[in-house]
Amino acid sequence: MTTRVGVVTFPGSLDERDAQRAVKLAGAEPVALWHGDKSLRQVDAVILPGGFSYGDYLRCGAIARFSPVMETIIEEARAGLPVLGICNGFQMLCESHLLPGALTRNDHLHFICRDQRLRVENADTAWTRDYAEGDEITVPLKNGEGGYVADERTLDELEAEGRVVFRYLGGNPNGSRRDIAGVTNAAGNVVGLMPHPEHAVEALTGPTTDGLAFFTSVTTSVLRKLVA
Amino acid sequence: MLKPEILDPQGQAVQRALPRLGFDGVRDVRQGKRFELEMDGPVDDTVLDRVREMARTFLANTVIEDFDVRVEVTEEESR
Repeated sequence: MTTRVGVVTFPGSLDERDAQRAVKLAGAEPVALWHGDKSLRQVDAVILPGGFSYGDYLRCGAIARFSPVMETIIEEARAGLPVLGICNGFQMLCESHLLPGALTRNDHLHFICRDQRLRVENADTAWTRDYAEGDEITVPLKNGEGGYVADERTLDELEAEGRVVFRYLGGNPNGSRRDIAGVTNAAGNVVGLMPHPEHAVEALTGPTTDGLAFFTSVTTSVLRKLVA
Repeated sequence: MLKPEILDPQGQAVQRALPRLGFDGVRDVRQGKRFELEMDGPVDDTVLDRVREMARTFLANTVIEDFDVRVEVTEEESR
């Protein structure tokens, strides 16, 4: 059985093709989902891709959060559906309150685009199972509003519960609190991060192939759940 | 407005620019947003509650922002 991974296109999404390609390279079946359609077409997992949904109007991800497809995704994510938010997708997950905190303007006010080293802090989520805790990976980072913020109590809680999934290495690129690049929900099925693993899945176009394990991890997770 | 504990890099950039332009004596700058909503009919408590709900769920992100709602009479109405 092939794992079906939905990738949502919003008006202004940019990276849904790359995400679909990454899913395919990982041996799963990409399924195109549409922001205006409530149906998730029986997928086993969902990716919210990067880009500038709705022109980033109001706040990044704020309008996408109220789209028909997100209503279903929020409901299913609460019931355990694996959901990965990359960059703009991470912003949507925070706006939806599926993940705590928020993403704000980079502290230096510049758009940043570079290959970024990260440390895997939690290899026990639906999207990081095929990594090992402590792995160091390099994937592209490209955003203007990637500063992760939350109040001290929330940050302490995330640390105590092991819900910081990725941390920036080699210098904090955007002023994120505690160098946080990605977080997960308590159940570990919802993960969001600012860097782009889908751009690091083959030697021809990426700096590394370090991102591929995200997309193989979800298949591992889905299959394990089926046999459990 | 961003909550006081949230860093406001845009406000800081504005503050740093002020002395260069000859505007001295500004200790701090915080940058926020303002929405002007024109409502159908009079703004009673029910309408105001709906606007607050709108602000809480959509216009502001209460994880990082505070908001307040004020009623102003438009020129057209005051005539």
